[in-house]
Parts: sequence; C-alpha cells; structure tokens
Amino acid sequence: MRWSLLGVFPFFAFATMFLVIPTSYLVVGSFRDRAGNFTVQNYLNLSRPLTANAYVTSIEISLVTAILGGILGFLLAYAVIAGGLPTPFRTGIMTFSGVASNFAGVPLALAFVFTIGRTGFITVFLNTVLGVDVYGSGFTIYSKLGLEIVYLYFQLPLMVLIIAPAIDGLKKEWREASENAGASTFQYWRLIALPILMPSLLGSMILLFGNAFGAQATAFALTGGFINLVTILIGGQLSGDVLGDQNLGYALAMGMVAIMAVTILAYSWLARRAERWQR
Amino acid sequence: MSYLTLTGVKKQFPGGFVAVADFNLAMEKGEFVSFLGPSGCGKTTTLRMIAGFDQPTTGRVLIDGTDITDRPPNRRNVGMVFQAYALFPNMTVAANIGFGLKVRGADKASIARRTTELLELIGLPGKGNRYPWQMSGGQQQRVALARALAFEPQVLLLDEPLSALDAKIRVSLRAEIRAIQRKLGITTVYVTHDQEEALSLSDRIVVMSEGRIEQIGTPFEIYNFPRTPFVARFVGTLNVLSARVIDATTGRLDVGGQEMRATGAVGAAAGSAVSLALRPEILAMGDGEPDHVRLRGTVDEVTFLGAVVRIRVRLPGDAGVASVDTFNNPHLAVPARDSAVTFSFPAEACLVLGGWCQTRVLSG
Amino acid sequence: MTGQTDRLQAELDRPTSWPDRPARRGAPRKTVASWLFLLLGVVYFALPLVGTLIFSLRAKPMLSAWTDMLNDPQVWSTLGYSFVIGLITIIVSIVLLVPTAFWVRLRLPRLRPIVEFVTLLPFVVPPIVLVFGLITTFSRPPLPLTGTNLGSDVLLVCAYVILSLPYMYRAVDAGLRTIDIRTLTEACQSLGAGWFTILWRVILPNLRVSILSGAFLTLAIVVGEFTIANFLARPMFATYLQLIYGNLAYQPAAVALISFGITWGAMGVIALIGRGSQDKSEIGGAH
Repeated sequence: MRWSLLGVFPFFAFATMFLVIPTSYLVVGSFRDRAGNFTVQNYLNLSRPLTANAYVTSIEISLVTAILGGILGFLLAYAVIAGGLPTPFRTGIMTFSGVASNFAGVPLALAFVFTIGRTGFITVFLNTVLGVDVYGSGFTIYSKLGLEIVYLYFQLPLMVLIIAPAIDGLKKEWREASENAGASTFQYWRLIALPILMPSLLGSMILLFGNAFGAQATAFALTGGFINLVTILIGGQLSGDVLGDQNLGYALAMGMVAIMAVTILAYSWLARRAERWQR
Repeated sequence: MSYLTLTGVKKQFPGGFVAVADFNLAMEKGEFVSFLGPSGCGKTTTLRMIAGFDQPTTGRVLIDGTDITDRPPNRRNVGMVFQAYALFPNMTVAANIGFGLKVRGADKASIARRTTELLELIGLPGKGNRYPWQMSGGQQQRVALARALAFEPQVLLLDEPLSALDAKIRVSLRAEIRAIQRKLGITTVYVTHDQEEALSLSDRIVVMSEGRIEQIGTPFEIYNFPRTPFVARFVGTLNVLSARVIDATTGRLDVGGQEMRATGAVGAAAGSAVSLALRPEILAMGDGEPDHVRLRGTVDEVTFLGAVVRIRVRLPGDAGVASVDTFNNPHLAVPARDSAVTFSFPAEACLVLGGWCQTRVLSG
Repeated sequence: MTGQTDRLQAELDRPTSWPDRPARRGAPRKTVASWLFLLLGVVYFALPLVGTLIFSLRAKPMLSAWTDMLNDPQVWSTLGYSFVIGLITIIVSIVLLVPTAFWVRLRLPRLRPIVEFVTLLPFVVPPIVLVFGLITTFSRPPLPLTGTNLGSDVLLVCAYVILSLPYMYRAVDAGLRTIDIRTLTEACQSLGAGWFTILWRVILPNLRVSILSGAFLTLAIVVGEFTIANFLARPMFATYLQLIYGNLAYQPAAVALISFGITWGAMGVIALIGRGSQDKSEIGGAH
C-alpha cells in the first residue's frame, strides 16, 4: 500500500508546489506585519473604506450578475432544451455558450464599448433614430451598471451550460403524470418542477457568483481600475502601487479565497442534493 | 352500453408515419383489456391518446358517452401508471398519492383519509412519509398505482408497468394489480408486450401489429383460434412444418411424404405450399387416438430438461422439425438419436397458415 | 431445410422493422414564449459582435484594420507564443494527470475524494490570487523563477496547468470511467507488459476523445487568459491585445473578432469530438 502511494506523488507534489505553497505564502504573509511579527491587524485593516468598499462592490456586482444571469440563462436554456424548439437551436446555443462563457477581457470590453459606449453603434442608433440620448441622461458604460451588463455576457452562457444537465434530468413523465393527475401548468411548476430544479438553480447561481467575484481582466480592460474591485486592488498591489502595504495585499487575497471557499462548499452541498433527485 | 369507446382512431405523425390506423374498440365498465403487441405496434400511442398526451389525427374517444377527444390531459378523468413510475422525487409517498386530490382542491382531512385507505390497499400501510428513492422498484410502482387511483378516475391506464421490474416481482405484482382492479371494479386498459401477462390478466386482449388491430378476443380465443398468422406466431409458441396441398376441398396435405387430412377445406390451391402450425401441447409421442394424425420421422436430438424431455423429430423431405415435449418418466426409455419414431396430434388442433383454413370449434 | 421451408419460416418469422420514430412525442407545447426568449438571447449575444464588426470596418480604407492586423507580425508571434505555451501546458497536464487518474482508479480508490478535492481548489483560488502567490513565492530564493524569461515561462505553464486542472482531470476521469481499466491492465500484465507500456499503448489511445476535448478547452483558456500572462510579463496574445487597445483605434476591433473566432473554432472542435459523451457541463468560466 505504501509503495503505491508513489504513483500519485507527482500530482500532489505539483499541486503543493504551485498551488498550496504559493497560497500558504499569502496566508502566512497576511498574518505578519512589516517587521515580520505575527499580527491580525491586516485583517482588521480590511474594514478601512478603500478595501471594505472593494469587497462590497465586488460582492454586489457578483450577486447581481449571478442572479440576473442565472434567471435569464435558465429561461434561455429551458427554451432551447425543453421548450419545444427544433434541436439545431439547442446545439447552436450550447456551442455558442461554450464560446461566450470564455470570452472576456479586452475583446469583450471592446465589443461592448463599440456597442453601448459613448460612440457605440447602439447608442448612436438610439440617439439618431429613436431620439433617446442615453448618455445625456447619465448612463455610462464605465460604471457599475456598465460592468454588470458586460459581465452578463459570460455569466448568462455559463448558466446555460451548467443548468443544461439539470433541465435534461427533468423527466418528461413527471410533467405527464402531473397533467394526468389534473394539475395545470402553473401547478406543475410550483409543486414539482421548481422544487426539483431548485438545488441545481441555486448551485449554479453560486458558481456564477464565484465566477464574477474572481474576474479581473474584463473589469480592468473596461474601467482601467476606475471601479474599486477586490481583484483590481490585488492587481494594483502586484503592479506596485495603491496599497503600498504588502501584507495588507495578502490579507485582501485571503479574504477573497475565504469567500470563494464558502461558495464552493455551498455549491458542492447543493450539487449533492440535486443528485439525489435523479435516482 | 360501452363505457370506453374508441371509434376510427388514427394517429399519423408529420412526415407520414402512421403509428395507429383505424382503431375501434368498445369496452364495458369494469372490464380489463390488454393491448398486446411487439414494440412499435402502436399500443402505447393508442393508450396515450386515451390519456390525452397525443392527439388522434382522426377518430373519437368517448368515456361513459362523453366525447373527451378534445379535452387536454389534465381535464380527463383517467388515471395513468407509467412504465418508469414517474413518482415526484421531491414529495413523500403520501404527497405523491394525494397529489391528484390536492390539485382538485380537496381539504387536508379527506386527502389524508384517502391516502391512508390507498396505502392499505396497495399493502404499504404507514409508509406515507418515505420518499420514492428510499423504496424498491416494486414498491414505487405500487405507489404510482395508488396515485393514479386516488382521485377515483373513470378509467385506469397502465403503460407496461412491470417491464422495469425483476421477474419474481413482476409475477406477484401483476396478480396484485388484477386483484385491486377486481375489487374496485374500475375499467382498465393494460399495455404490454409480454403475452403471458396479457393472457393471465385480461378479460379481453387486443393484439396489435404495425398500428393495426390483428384480433380482439378473450385469452382463450386468441390462443386457440388465432385469426391471422401474426397472432398465431406472437401468442404462445408454435412448431412449424411445411406441407403441400394435395386437394384443397378435402383438406388433404402432403407433409414430408406422408398424407394427412386437415379438418375442412384449405384455402390454398392444389400444389401450393402451406405451413402447418402445431401448438406444443397437442403433440404426443406414439400413435395416439385412432382418429389422430400420425407422422413419422427420425430423432434429431433428445434434450433432458429435468421434468420435461424434449424430443426433436425431423420429418423426411423438407418438411421441417417438430419439438415434442414429454414428461419425464423413469420407467420409459428415451428414444435414441437417429431412431425412427412416430408422433401424433388431433387434426382439428392444427393450424394451416399461408392459405387459411378455419379450424372447427372444439366441442365443450 | 430447403428454400421452400426457409421462405415459409421466414414469412412467419418476419421481423417488424420500423421507419424512424419521431424524437419527441407528446401534446404540442405552446412554444411562443420559447421563441421569444431565444430571440432575445440571440439579439443580446449578437449586438456586441456586430458592434465590433462595424467598428473594425470604420477604418479608411474599409478593410485596413483587418489587413493591418493580419499583416502585423506581432499578432502572429504572440498568437504563436500562446499556442506553444498552450501546447506545453497540455502535454504537462496529460503526463501529470493521466497516470494519476489511472493509478487512483486502479489502486487507490480511497484517495479519490482527496484528489477530487484538490482538483476543485483552483476554483477557490482565482487567477489573480494565484499569480500573486506565485510571484511572491518564486521571486525569492531558493527558486527565483521570475527573474528570467525561461523561469517565467515555466511558471506560466505551471500556472496554466493548475488553472486547467479541474477540466482536464474531469475529462480524463470521465474517459477512464468508460473503459474497464482493471481487466485491461490484467490482460496487459499477463502478456508481459510493464506500466509504461500499459499507459502508453493501451490506456492513452483509449482516452483519445476525452484528452482531445480537455486539450482544446485548455487551449481556449490559455489563448484567452490575460491576468496571469500580464503579471508574469510574457508576450502572450491577450497581453498584446491589451497593448494595442491603448494605442490604436480600429485595429483592436479586428483582433477582438479574430480572438473570438479562434475560441469558437476551438469550441467547435470540442463539440465535434465530444459528441456522444455525457459530460458537457461546466466548460465555461471567464476571467
């Protein structure tokens, strides 16, 4: 038994070297002050306006895009999978979702600037054809709202991809059995379909939250650090400015990891509950 | 007066495929009718049209005189039991059973009463707060049955309810289903591809093939007097020998160089080839009764199966091989391979296919 | 038996063959709402792409943005660089994960939950935190990798292996589930093969489909990845995009579409390869 452990040694060694150790450097560093002594001050300092605001903004944006992307993604996924549309649409939307959920950073930011930026073609269209001056009334893409709209572009497809198996798992017979027993469509959804789907829906939205929370490239490309997000702050820390306090940066990163760990745990628990239905 | 009536029901899918063609059936109240046939014969499609999950292209479905053809599935008073149970996984057994009553607006007390009643009926008293995934297949199917019966439907529909279960449970559960049906006196349609199930359970059987009704009759009629080659082949097992017609009017046939007479005229021209279909239980080794047909052949293979000894007899020429099953008798010698033997059967019990002759009704 | 008997027997034993059944039976559902959602979805997805296309064509002359970019040597050099890094990442992943997944399934089933937990860790540590940790760890002795280009490349590949770990491992594990590795291994051993032969000649070829789909996914991730490439200062495609974004007007639009097209191509290949396999979920996740 002991010799066979050797077979998984490379894997664990690799993970240790390039994941565990770097993370533990951050952990250790977060509990140290500049002189190297043990302290929890860094974590206490997280409640300062700059960092606290970063967490709040990050969580807010992640929550909004997770819920919105979750609901809209579910509706789109249901429409093409179980909504009676021809099969090619399902394949098309699934493939596109695979692409779009990976589409981020500069290309995505650019694409939206070209669309709803100040001189974007939709902005211009709304202004010239419909007489609606969006920017005049205060909207700008370089804002929290703008970022949320852009984030939705990869959140929605991610939801479609994750929730698809759960929708597939909604057996056609359940719908027929409920109709046979006399239930209306509304009753079917309220009493059967939504309860069955709920663990998967919640779990997927939690994953969406984690995905948005950890995103950096898109926010940076779009707003150049203008919007205060945790990922932007950490990036700034790496570039050598903003915080100036290395250890605070470590605490910042650890705060992120803690939040992500909670979301992954919640997701795993919900995924296991959802599995139970499918037996 | 017919309770469940299907008139001229046809189902054609877009693209031209005809799943069910011209289905006509009149069922009495309390009758147990099986739709029997191989996969794809249209039996499930017909059942689903009664339930309302598929719309007939033409034809009407009536229950107790009321035309329900245009009613959506949740407005018909029929209860359906699905092959894959289809119990709602997020609800307890009790909630599943009471579902039909709940959506009809019944109050909690009467739902609870009825649920307890049904749990007793299906033999699972006190198991109401279990979840479906905590129960075995057989138990789940019984719960599905209770769910279908809870709201006292006019008709009960079962779509191959036992196919997903183990053989042993299948046999015991089918008896229970029949007992419950008898007790409640509910008009029932049972779809299956297992002829043993259909034969043992039904008041009448509808044998279907390729969307058409081959024959409707009691199990006795279907088995003993099949009207088409398909029914003869599908229900029960058959020995098939090839023969040549010598004289059509008198029913004289040449089987492997030996002459025999079928009862009555044979509907095929003299000289044409026909098939003799013999049910295994009518064959016996030896000469048999004086008026029995006797055929000679050589023993091909003798298989000792324990209680039964199966003797395969090859007839001369190209007539074929007949399997004669005899009960094991320790005092009787088993014929050796390649030895010459005789077997016999009553002429009126054979069927002539590929040129039909009507067998005479057996007296008694 | 002669042909005559055969014919008659065949007539009796005639199999019922059926034309293709329609896929979904059941009462027709009202599909108006479905069409509506589909339309809204398509419009939302198409608009930004259309916007980018329009912008890319605004240069004078019209296609100059495209020609500029297609003729820009750095576009191709950074693209090539990303591809090469991606390829190396894929190879390292395969070498690391296939034997591990195989060994765990064969000999150490009790370690499976632990290994699966480790493959979930990259989700908990976002790329920005990962690169933060990597730079902190490897910019000092004993392994100051960030000091040299080669060192940084090594770090880059290892970071990407970690990043693609969840997807690669799942793909390989799913593939292993479908082959009876125990029996195959025993057959190989009884024929005298050693572990390397077993892995190289028997297991790996049977995992072709899963590995390919995992590989293309990894490639898509590497080509599109910005954060780690940026902070490790390597000339990858995404960082070059960022550079020209700041400097040029219309050309970035063209490159953005090229990048989108490449990702679509990779995903299309994954879909083609993975047709028939069940594990299509969770192949997304943008940064």
